[in-house]
Amino acid sequence: MSSIAQKKGFGATIWDFMTTVDHKKIAILYLISGGFFFLVGGIEAMMIRIQLAKAGNDFLSAGLYNEIITMHGTTMIFLASMPILLAFMNAIMPLQIGARDVAFPFLNSLGFWLFFFGGIFLNLSWFMGGAPDAGWTNYASLALASEGHGIDFYTLGLTISGFGTLIAGINFLVTIINMRAPGMTYMRMPLFTWTTFVASALILLAFPPLTVGLFFMVFDRLFGASFFAVEMGGNTIIWEHLFWIFGHPEVYILILPAFGIFSEIFAIFSRKRLFGYTALVFATILIGFYGFMVWAHHMFTVGLGPTANAVFALATMIIAVPTGIKIFNWLLTIWGGSISFTTPMIYAVAFIPSFVAGGVTGVMQAIAPLDYQLHDSYFIVAHFHYVIVGGVVLAILAGTHLYWPKMFGTMLSEKLGKWTFWFFFIGFHLTFFIQHFLGLMGMPRRVYTFGADQGWDLFNAISSAGAIFMAIGVIILLVNVVMTTIKNERVGNDPWGDGRTLEWAIPSPPPFYNFAQTPLVRGLDSFWIEKMEGNKKGMIFAEPLGDIHMPNNSFIPFVMSLGMFVASFGALYFLDGDKPWALAVLVIGLLITFGSMLVRSLKDDLGFHITKAELLKDAKGGNTDGH
Amino acid sequence: MAHDTHIHVRSKAEFEYAKKKRADEMRGHLATFAIMIFLTLIAFTMVAAGFSAYLIVPIILLLAGIQVILQLYYFMHMSGKGHGMVAFFMFCGMFVAFITVLALVTIVWW
Repeated sequence: MSSIAQKKGFGATIWDFMTTVDHKKIAILYLISGGFFFLVGGIEAMMIRIQLAKAGNDFLSAGLYNEIITMHGTTMIFLASMPILLAFMNAIMPLQIGARDVAFPFLNSLGFWLFFFGGIFLNLSWFMGGAPDAGWTNYASLALASEGHGIDFYTLGLTISGFGTLIAGINFLVTIINMRAPGMTYMRMPLFTWTTFVASALILLAFPPLTVGLFFMVFDRLFGASFFAVEMGGNTIIWEHLFWIFGHPEVYILILPAFGIFSEIFAIFSRKRLFGYTALVFATILIGFYGFMVWAHHMFTVGLGPTANAVFALATMIIAVPTGIKIFNWLLTIWGGSISFTTPMIYAVAFIPSFVAGGVTGVMQAIAPLDYQLHDSYFIVAHFHYVIVGGVVLAILAGTHLYWPKMFGTMLSEKLGKWTFWFFFIGFHLTFFIQHFLGLMGMPRRVYTFGADQGWDLFNAISSAGAIFMAIGVIILLVNVVMTTIKNERVGNDPWGDGRTLEWAIPSPPPFYNFAQTPLVRGLDSFWIEKMEGNKKGMIFAEPLGDIHMPNNSFIPFVMSLGMFVASFGALYFLDGDKPWALAVLVIGLLITFGSMLVRSLKDDLGFHITKAELLKDAKGGNTDGH
Repeated sequence: MAHDTHIHVRSKAEFEYAKKKRADEMRGHLATFAIMIFLTLIAFTMVAAGFSAYLIVPIILLLAGIQVILQLYYFMHMSGKGHGMVAFFMFCGMFVAFITVLALVTIVWW
């Protein structure tokens, strides 16, 4: 492998991606697979809205409807939003701190493949006897009573993909702590790096409770334990606690990187330093802390007692304070700026009112007595779609447009981007705004149909019409991606013209070693400082040009994850009794995983060096996009 | 990287400083060790003296907490330079675990 440009066949490209340990390529893998699951989840959402478009519809049966809402939620949270955000973290964060790669490139690849196989395993349930049907929260009383293997696909699939996410989180933490370029102090880190850091810390602390809960669930369902079985002396509420101790930080794991993306966008397209950078950083950290003290607000109606409800209600309301700080800082960043309304910027501007609407309904639900009225109604559905779609999904779409040139070296069409925005944005509000009122009118969540005499017909029809708008928006985005890829008009280092942070100082896409020379950071918005001082190179170098040590590609992460995938089928069918092959499958799968771990441990893989001569050749306008 | 490595010869003053530093550290170790033995003695004595369990259990838990902190700071070198982030994450983890256990104890099992 060298940095000399070569034409590569399709097979060689696939092989390259299957073995890559380069954070930029892993980012592309995350983006493609996350995007695929986003489409799958979107199709499930469309089916839900078709079913609810009119009273007494029989498009879906009640059982299938339960499976679809469960898979819609699970897919969108675990397999779409999080991986796409991980894609941006992978692609951008190491560039922002001036690093050559993440701290553990091999683990980065392993994290991706574990997520990927976990997601595929979960979705194979559709073709292998039915998907999980106990809601994405998988409450134990429902889950333990669920027939078939749906819930087992859920528990095993999420266990595997959860390992992957945990690995990614730890990797980012170590990277940000140890691999910042000289001069990049904590308080000079771009906000997207900060939010990646805090979100990774949340991953580190929040995924273990989920893993414990899932283990208990696996033991209850597959081995007849009774952690959650009330009739055997277990306690079904413990699942709810474990799930939400994970689940509430999880929504911050999603929204914090979204905040980070928007912070970058506001600064770039207002051509101003972020207003209140320090306050934004500390608000991010505070949100991370509070995220662990509020989970029981999902369980007000369980009957925790007035004291517990009051404590958690107050803790929940406090979160509005750091979030409010952020909102005002963003507004003041735009204030007086020289604003250009590019596609990412209109997403960012639209995000503020949408997310605030979701936040306000959130504070309403934090009032425990009111929550008794709102609980399990469409008001809740409207609320969490306002924060997740109005916050996270808008950030994902904005980030796709903002970072597309940095990831792929081409610019998505601004015109089509704006069409996507308007269809998606109007569709989003059309779908979910009216659901607040459906909730107040008494429509419960998770019902597969409703009667014509209940007065919910019109609002549901409007909501379904909105969903079509959103679908059109996403289709236009896909067209945009295809057209941009075919046109293949390459762009320079700083395609938006106003980039502020280090990632815009190097070619798009960056060479596979990122920085030929490690940059020296002299302040917040490093690239902007150099630009303003007329530095044509865009950065000051902290070291002379020299050989660079790089890790070798490896196929082992793929095989290791494949082993877990195979073993899961064995575990799933093991206790059916009539499938003697299941034990063999379980053993073979584990052998593959542990065998590849052994190979990894025993084989010395010292990587390779890029010589100074090759770097000089690259700098003269040779190859920039990898091998 | 090759160009980063260089050999450093210690001056007399640096040597003296390092020696003094090590002596200080040794004194710290011995003092901590003595305190830990003493704390353990208190715990055993309390049980042997047959105090009420409601008194013994919280005090032993408190002593255990102190022991953990002494262990971390004096024997596992958490007081050393560059351990700030490690300490921060350890305390975050303890904090989250504490909140979780506290809530489960008070809401579910009490």
